[in-house]
Amino acid sequence: MSRFAIQRLGIGFLVLVTIAVIVPIVLVVGTIVVQGLAAINGEFLFSAPRNGMREGGIWPAIVGTFWLTIGTAIFSVPLGVAIAIYLSEYARDNRFTRMIRLAIINLAGVPSIVYGLFGLGLFVLALGFGSSILAGSLTLSIMTLPVIISTAEEALRSVPQSFRTVSISLGGTKWQTIRKVVLPNALPGIITGVILGLERAAGETAPILFTVAAFYLPTLPDSLLDKSMALPYHLFVISTQVPGMPLQLQFGTALVLMAFVLSMTLIATIIRSYYRRKRVW
Amino acid sequence: MERTPKIVIEHLNFTYDDGTESLLDVSSTIYANEITVIFGPAGGGKSTLLRVINRLNDLAAGKSMTGRVLLDGQDIYAKEVDVTALRRKVGIVFAQPQPLPLSLRANIEYGPRLAGVRDKQKLDQLVEQSLTQAALWDEVKDRLNDSGYALSGGQQQRLCLARVLALEPEVILMDEPMSGLDPLSTAKIEDSMQQLKQLYTIVIAPHNIQQAARVADNAAFFLQGRLIEEGTGKQLFTKPKDKRTEDYIMGRFG
Repeated sequence: MSRFAIQRLGIGFLVLVTIAVIVPIVLVVGTIVVQGLAAINGEFLFSAPRNGMREGGIWPAIVGTFWLTIGTAIFSVPLGVAIAIYLSEYARDNRFTRMIRLAIINLAGVPSIVYGLFGLGLFVLALGFGSSILAGSLTLSIMTLPVIISTAEEALRSVPQSFRTVSISLGGTKWQTIRKVVLPNALPGIITGVILGLERAAGETAPILFTVAAFYLPTLPDSLLDKSMALPYHLFVISTQVPGMPLQLQFGTALVLMAFVLSMTLIATIIRSYYRRKRVW
Repeated sequence: MERTPKIVIEHLNFTYDDGTESLLDVSSTIYANEITVIFGPAGGGKSTLLRVINRLNDLAAGKSMTGRVLLDGQDIYAKEVDVTALRRKVGIVFAQPQPLPLSLRANIEYGPRLAGVRDKQKLDQLVEQSLTQAALWDEVKDRLNDSGYALSGGQQQRLCLARVLALEPEVILMDEPMSGLDPLSTAKIEDSMQQLKQLYTIVIAPHNIQQAARVADNAAFFLQGRLIEEGTGKQLFTKPKDKRTEDYIMGRFG
């Protein structure tokens, strides 16, 4: 075989592999969009499920997932960014900080069902929050923290050291330097990381299984201590637990969940590229 | 004319743990309202000395220091010294122009604002005054809200000088401030230095010997962390006493 034939063969193989990656994505997204679009209408989006969920809509699940995402953000963002600032700006390389880093890495590797059981033990039972939006948000926060911490730390570290030196040399304290120079310049990266972390939280089923999710609850939650429906769990329920469930509603629910998560990715991407173009350093 | 000592360095020893640059038993006096040039080959301790004088070296990990540095008779390494106030009194201009990613105006106002200056009029006055002193005002007065990065390299460096001047400092340290600049910008900064020394004490580590000779009232030659020789600029650059100083000035090494 000639050199060129081998080259053509190699390129052909690479193209094939690339297609093998794209095809499943297109199929999954395509099927859900095509099959689910027919289910999307005002009633489906904005009304409660009826008749054992076989009719009606998914509004309580949308609202539940929305509040869970907000709740997760409230707990995980300040904590995660604070930890990232500590690790990037203050921590020296010693046994203690190495232990923190090890913990963060391990936290990222914990299976999501374990977070669910941990949340059940700590927030639902021990702290007595019961199965509630509060307990669910806290559980999702712990799961999200490693993502937020590591992306925020990365963003803080990518701010040039010279900015810090200049600020200190102009009479700034360390905290003034962080607040006025480091944080503003790391913000786009931090926001991107936060959104990606929250997006994962919004799509998770296992952590909310025991901590917040209601099987069938047509009313909307009106306090932090209420149970709530949530999109991923609702999708699981109507796909596996309800006999005679119209296929269209299942695809519709999947489409809404996917749109929710993908729109967050889109926002993160837009923020990142906007600031990357604006950035001068 | 009576000379007033501004900075007195006594038996200063300074080493980084990684052994990159150090200072060995340096004693010297820097006089007020003069331009003191410290020069010598790279690695001789010039930058280190500048960073000791405004305590920027506090940021470096792994270093040890003995000896004293006095500013107006006060030990700047004494416990009760407010380091941020010291750094406002002793400003520094770095080798590379380093605007902060802010507007021109915000770059100048940065230091004063950190120090708590909020008065709009005072800030405006500082902006105009320091840009004028740095010979940049005429070029940028109509675009103070542009990014600091919209300027040319030479203008950026004058912006950095203006930023230090806005601190209303007493001493200005310059660490090879003209190393990346075109001759015109260099000339502008050298001109303004002659004005500035009426008001400030200037310590500069120039990047070449010609510039050192041009601007020096007073000069000190550093080699491998040691102060080899010091004297007036005229004396040092025309009739150096030490063979090593002469060799360096004549371009035999370095």
